[in-house]
Amino acid sequence: MAEYTPEKTLDARGLKCPMPVVKTSQEIKNISIGGVLEVLATDPGSVADIQAWCKSSGNELLGMEKGEGVFKFWIRRVK
Amino acid sequence: MTYHEHETQKASIVVFSGDMDKVMAAFIIATTAAASGIETSMFFTFWGLQAIKKPVSTGKTLFQKMLSLFFKDIDRIGPSKLNMGGLGRWMFKKMMKQQNVTTLPELRQMAIDLGVKLLACQMSMDVMGIRREDLIDEVTDVVGAATYIAEANQSHITLFI
Repeated sequence: MAEYTPEKTLDARGLKCPMPVVKTSQEIKNISIGGVLEVLATDPGSVADIQAWCKSSGNELLGMEKGEGVFKFWIRRVK
Repeated sequence: MTYHEHETQKASIVVFSGDMDKVMAAFIIATTAAASGIETSMFFTFWGLQAIKKPVSTGKTLFQKMLSLFFKDIDRIGPSKLNMGGLGRWMFKKMMKQQNVTTLPELRQMAIDLGVKLLACQMSMDVMGIRREDLIDEVTDVVGAATYIAEANQSHITLFI
């Protein structure tokens, strides 16, 4: 269960590098500052990449979770 | 790399190669940099111009026209190894599709949508007889080496591909 209440959910399942990160960067613009975006992905590379993207883009990764073959990320828009 | 609030971060990539695999790497890095809030420019020179060329034949002189036969567009460039007269290109495209990897033309469009600056090398264009109208409309500018140096000088990331 999500401990965060996302404003939106981005379905990036089935997408390969670099698309989960690229789509996340586009979708976070539709979130209000301080709001949370939930991202669903199946690419195992996205575990490292979403963390790295949060660091370089200055957004905050609140948490992640591995479900049944699906990774969930909760990202807070910082700026 | 850490995030600096008051400083615009930049990346500049020289795309010298016209090989499918290398151009793909260039666009993956460029789109990811742009998605990370980094101001990104790509400089296309020599063989790399194929990545921003329309599918048209080019050239005025005999040599330029001969070169044009081997100077392709983004959808027809082949891999740096195992191209085997186009078989390799076909094979790689098929394998990438099976893995649902974003295609090269889609990656280029994504770079454009993310605001990546596409810059073309004037001198290479002159040598090969490629005119501005032979390049895709989205090309930001046609420039020389000094423009690249000015960009690269302010960039945290510079790559030559």
